[in-house]
Amino acid sequence: MNAYRSLFIARFALLLQYRAAALAGIATQLFWGLMKVMVLKAFFSHTTAAQPMTFQEAAGYVWLGQAFILAIVPWSGDREIQSLIRSGAIGYDLLRPIDLYNFWFTRALAMRTAPLVLRAVPILGVTMLLLPLVGLAEWFLAFPASFAALAAFLLAFIGAILLSAALTMLLTVSMMWTLSGEGVNSLFPTLIIMFSGMIVPLPLFPEWIKPLLNALPFAGLLDQPLRLFTGNLPPSAVLTVLLHQGFWIVVIVLLGRFLVSQGVNKLVIQGG
Amino acid sequence: MSHITVEGLSKTFFVSERSSGVLGSIRGLVQRQTREVQALKGVSFSLKRGELVGYIGPNGAGKSTTIKILSGILVPSSGTCVIDGRTPWKDRIHHVGRIGVVFGQRSQLWWDLPVIESFDLLRDIYRVPPAEYRQTCDEMIALLNLESLLSTPVRQLSLGQRMRCDFAAAMLHRPDILFLDEPTIGLDAVSKLAVRKFIKKLNQTHQVTTILTTHDMDDIEALCDRVIIIGDGRILCDGSLATLRSQMSSRRHLRIDLKADEFCFAADGVSLLSQEGRTVTLAFDPIKLSAASLISQITAHYDVADLFVENPPIEEIVAELYANVEELKVKN
Repeated sequence: MNAYRSLFIARFALLLQYRAAALAGIATQLFWGLMKVMVLKAFFSHTTAAQPMTFQEAAGYVWLGQAFILAIVPWSGDREIQSLIRSGAIGYDLLRPIDLYNFWFTRALAMRTAPLVLRAVPILGVTMLLLPLVGLAEWFLAFPASFAALAAFLLAFIGAILLSAALTMLLTVSMMWTLSGEGVNSLFPTLIIMFSGMIVPLPLFPEWIKPLLNALPFAGLLDQPLRLFTGNLPPSAVLTVLLHQGFWIVVIVLLGRFLVSQGVNKLVIQGG
Repeated sequence: MSHITVEGLSKTFFVSERSSGVLGSIRGLVQRQTREVQALKGVSFSLKRGELVGYIGPNGAGKSTTIKILSGILVPSSGTCVIDGRTPWKDRIHHVGRIGVVFGQRSQLWWDLPVIESFDLLRDIYRVPPAEYRQTCDEMIALLNLESLLSTPVRQLSLGQRMRCDFAAAMLHRPDILFLDEPTIGLDAVSKLAVRKFIKKLNQTHQVTTILTTHDMDDIEALCDRVIIIGDGRILCDGSLATLRSQMSSRRHLRIDLKADEFCFAADGVSLLSQEGRTVTLAFDPIKLSAASLISQITAHYDVADLFVENPPIEEIVAELYANVEELKVKN
């Protein structure tokens, strides 16, 4: 356990070094957020039917999505591990007396949590505190309505990070089969971004597809935690959310473990 | 009692190939052609505890394949290997916790971390008790003179410095077996000497059983009492350097510095290797003509400034062995 903790800390500290990239990212994400909120504003001011979420909730949902974009959306696998796999140097990772899946999962976890400090905190600061000050009160990110809502969100958020790390591992490990990795690395994140609610909040999707979207693991990444935060889901829904996340974490981790052990078998039989 | 026993180790890889050209790549889509490559063809040897053995051979001979099998990261096609009572690939995680491996071509340290943080991480990964870690770490820092490097990120180290740190890293969990894969590759003279001194010291004071692969025959001469030469997946020679020499040829070299330019000498079993100005090198077979009588014959005819009798360089012997391997391959 010590080993994983130290690995996590080392990796986390390392990722905090990329400050310039984070600053650029923050600017981009704020800009995109603004665009999305404006589109939503246009939509909400012209819609006649009752919508499953209010404009305030939708705006909050967008801002949170922008803040946590790198933390909970698995954009790509671990590029460093993927290049090790491509070059065959991955064999040397087998020289460590440590479980390979856990070893890599720790890295994935650091990769998902480091952006929280670097990007999420500044973005949340701007959208929660600054926007109301400059007169965009309607567009800002409201604090959770109650302590229960905040607590529910935090629990679901932890689940989302774990789920995201598990999905990251799947992307990383796919390299053991496809070698180029670019295909998987560009196809799956696109689907994940769409199905997690990053582009359009899931409640605004057509009714007929919602059961599917809600059942897929991706809803547990972004949609459900954010709805707990904005109050679109009541705090009491947290149990269902956690069960949904927990189920998928177990399934995806087991799948990832299976893929890693198959990959290692291939490696030790056929060579790097 | 032997520490490492290897018997009949074979490894066959399947390499996929495609014919050249566009047509070839189209055919490759439908029918994949594979070719068998036999990296090892029945390698056997055994090492006693504390032995330091040089494992040499031309590129592609199967050195790295052997090291990978012994480290447990590659499964052989057939054959057995018992190290400290363990079969490496069956008990990989336990096994790798008890061995140390150094690759000259690759660092096992974390590229972006300061050296000491890499060491600390390794302590946690190998679960080294803190007191033992402190002691080993201090010993390695003193032996390899690392004090001034500890807070430098690994990527900023020179190759020689990095290699020294890699050696320390491989020893932190106090393995009693060490596999060194070309540890002196690309190092300057000073670093090479430092690394050799360290290997020797470890072997003597800690009784670490060591297998060293290298292309540098000076490494072998400086460190190894025993060499195993492998070529084309087979063991060509296993024994001391002296055995190797006598097996290949008993020839000696005689270098003569003359006082005059003129030199013309012929005798049975003696051949002229080179003549540059007043320095002449002869090769002779001491069985046919003893060094003493050769020298007396020469000094009777010529004015000699200086004389040396020497063994042919180990490099020459090994090159001769390698050339034989190539011939064998062509015949097959």
